[in-house]
Amino acid sequence: MEILMSFLIGILFMTATYLMLSKSLLRIIVGTGLLSHGAHLLILTMGDLKRGAAPLLGENAESYVDPLPQALILTAIVISFGVTSFFLVLAYRAYQELGTDNMDRLRGKEGHE
Amino acid sequence: MSLLHLAIVSPLILAAFIPALYKKFANIHTGWFLLPLPIMLFSYFLQFIFQTSQGDTITRTLDWIPSLGIDFTVKIDGLGLLFALLITGIGSLVVLYSIYYLSKEKEKLHLFYVYLLMFMSAMLGVVLSDNMILLYSFWELTSFSSFLLIGYWNHRERSRYGAQKSMLITVFGGLAMLGGILLLYLMTGTFSISKTIKMAGELSGQPLFVPAMLCFLLGAFTKSAQFPFHIWLPDAMEAPTPVSAYLHSATMVKAGIYLVARLTPVFAQSSLWLWIIAITGLVTLFWGSFSAVRQTDLKGILAFSTVSQLGMIMSLLGVGAAAFHFSGKSAVPYTVATTAALFHLVNHATFKGSLFMAVGIIDHETGTRDIRKLGGLMTMMPITFTISLIGTLSMAGLPPFNGFLSKEMFFTSMLKVKEAGILSLDTWGLLFPVIAWTGSVFTFVYCMIILFQTFSGGFQQEELDKKPHEAPLGMLIPPVILASLVVIFGLFPNILSDSLIAPAMGAVLQNILGNGESFKVEISHWHGFKPELFMTVGVIAVGFFLYKTSDKWIGFYRLFPEKWSFNRGYDRTLELSQLGSRRFTSLYMNGFIRTYLVYIFSFFIFILGLAMVYEQAFKINTDDLAAVRFYEIMLVAIIAAASISILFAKSRLTSIILLGAVGYTVALFFVIFRAPDLALTQLVIETVSVSLFLLCFYHLPKLRKSEGRIGFKLVNLLIAIGVGTIVTVISLSAHSSKKFGSIANYYIENTYKKAGGENMVNVILVDFRGFDTLFEICVLAIAALGIFGMIKLRLAKGKNE
Repeated sequence: MEILMSFLIGILFMTATYLMLSKSLLRIIVGTGLLSHGAHLLILTMGDLKRGAAPLLGENAESYVDPLPQALILTAIVISFGVTSFFLVLAYRAYQELGTDNMDRLRGKEGHE
Repeated sequence: MSLLHLAIVSPLILAAFIPALYKKFANIHTGWFLLPLPIMLFSYFLQFIFQTSQGDTITRTLDWIPSLGIDFTVKIDGLGLLFALLITGIGSLVVLYSIYYLSKEKEKLHLFYVYLLMFMSAMLGVVLSDNMILLYSFWELTSFSSFLLIGYWNHRERSRYGAQKSMLITVFGGLAMLGGILLLYLMTGTFSISKTIKMAGELSGQPLFVPAMLCFLLGAFTKSAQFPFHIWLPDAMEAPTPVSAYLHSATMVKAGIYLVARLTPVFAQSSLWLWIIAITGLVTLFWGSFSAVRQTDLKGILAFSTVSQLGMIMSLLGVGAAAFHFSGKSAVPYTVATTAALFHLVNHATFKGSLFMAVGIIDHETGTRDIRKLGGLMTMMPITFTISLIGTLSMAGLPPFNGFLSKEMFFTSMLKVKEAGILSLDTWGLLFPVIAWTGSVFTFVYCMIILFQTFSGGFQQEELDKKPHEAPLGMLIPPVILASLVVIFGLFPNILSDSLIAPAMGAVLQNILGNGESFKVEISHWHGFKPELFMTVGVIAVGFFLYKTSDKWIGFYRLFPEKWSFNRGYDRTLELSQLGSRRFTSLYMNGFIRTYLVYIFSFFIFILGLAMVYEQAFKINTDDLAAVRFYEIMLVAIIAAASISILFAKSRLTSIILLGAVGYTVALFFVIFRAPDLALTQLVIETVSVSLFLLCFYHLPKLRKSEGRIGFKLVNLLIAIGVGTIVTVISLSAHSSKKFGSIANYYIENTYKKAGGENMVNVILVDFRGFDTLFEICVLAIAALGIFGMIKLRLAKGKNE
């Protein structure tokens, strides 16, 4: 399963990268969303998949899955959500003010040093 | 802090009070306040002559940074004292001269004198330091204060240009010298010059010896305006004339000479040292005198003549180093070269200082320094004429002035070179006297040009702004003193020999003398009909002939057009380096985010890929894998399909929905992989995110079908595949090579026992690792406030630009 997951994560990173290299700001943000999904799954996979019950003591199981990666991912999800929403509103405002979401037109002034 | 330390820093201390004195006593020329200081210092340093002529040295130490071996050690020996007396003596005269030269009403005197005092202190520090780091600090302070003084009239474009040029060149050399100091330190383990000299014997075989030597020589040559670094000196003539007289003839340009003389005992065992210095000196001598003839500005002529004379002193120091290759009696002929170098050093300071002051007077009284406009001033300015006569004849090397004596000794040393029979000097050695002689002929010619084109011939009142007349007495006193020194040293050279020159030689040629021996310096006017006498006669004859016929051959200089010159080379180098760096920067800094992302991702792929290959880190271990079931394959397929379809989505709605699909499937993964909290959070957050996306959706334009050219898409695709591959490979390898197990057991055991909870993830979040959560809350708060601000705060366009 971990091998399969590794390839899936690779695909997520690949598509994310491709989207981030595009011209439209919205596609870049979609790309960052995919990238954070990839990163979260990567953390989960590296913490070994499915070695026991969910990390709830009430299960009374022999073994539990590793709770630490889950805590890390939870933190990461919230942070990436915060950043994504900020970014999204930024794109929205930039479009309102500048009238474009084309990255080629959102660039430093010519000859700016 | 001893009196000696105080003597070095006293100009700096006085400089702190100068602006206040300038403001307070506005009706007194500020120069009067500092005139006593150099005179006091001069008489203070005079008292050491007795000790140094006994062969003693005076050392005073003050801690500065003891842990790094850097201290404020001051050492007075013959060489240091000779320079200290020059600096303070000529410093006094220059200050006196500047009082009459600079106008109290028009000039910012406080700045001028602060810079001048800074320079004086720095120069004293250079020649008296025994610690190389200290030496370097003072060395850069001379560059810096010289920069300020050259750019003193900073409203003039040429002044700023000259100041910048001298700064760039001398600081370049200064940095090279710092490199040399550090290399020497690596070999010896000490910054002390005297200790380094004691270790000199062990150094020459070491691999760092030659690089260190070259670094020091670079520093010395740039400071002393040696070929081809001489180009800054003529442009430094934009400084006020007292500055030119002081810095650019008598003191600062001799700092390089000092450095070479000081380090001769360290490096002279190497024949490379001798060769480089002697040849550079001779080339400089010839090129300086050759270029001086074509100048039409008096200060320009003097600048190139300074370059030429410095070259002469340098070549003498180089030849003098040959003494280290002999012992006993056979070394004596080469020590004559060192004597000549030190003697000419004093002579040059006297006559060149007086000449600069005379030129300053001419400039001051006629309003021009252009020799084509000047002429016939002999009767109007008789005293200035006499000073110039003495100065130029001494510079040309005519008896009975001191220049004659040093020039004779110069020829003697150059003739001796070919008899040395070492270091293959015997074959090439013949070139030395020939070049030296040719250079002297040109020296004679430009001396005659200075003298006759200024003072004889027809007087051209219509070319001049003012009616010329003799300068005020105060302006004449300093050059008169210097000119009389020229005559005194010319007639009685031996008053210098035992008091100053012999002890200085003792410092330059350390390790040569046995115990209790000392150098006998005997300078005589008449040494019989030797070849050097005929050489001087030849110089006078040919030089006079060339001067008389100069109309006929001066056109020869047009064969060397301006664009060949080293100045043009310097300017082009500056231009090209600016242009080149600008072009290079705009090559990769093009303002497109995508380009920068391409760089970042490429480096990501390249560096990680290289590390993987280089370390042979890739491996797959299939022992410890979770089972693959139907559900999971389905979910993997969904995510892969959804994420790849986003790439082909034409409308943003499709891409947002597909992103949502990926998010919800990830939540399903969390369910399958036993992470209930994650699944909950992911579901909620994905919902909110998708709503946010849809919120923005309304305001954003449709995704364009075409995304730039196909070539760029290919690059993007390759990079994307590369990133994906690298991540997969790393994740496989990392999973397959775990070095140790998880710390999860601690949490599993203690979640209830110590923290009183059953949900391990939640307990970790708020108890074991609560700090993360605190700042994650901060992140959310900041994001919320930021969004609020972005939406609410509307500054008018152009207002915040």
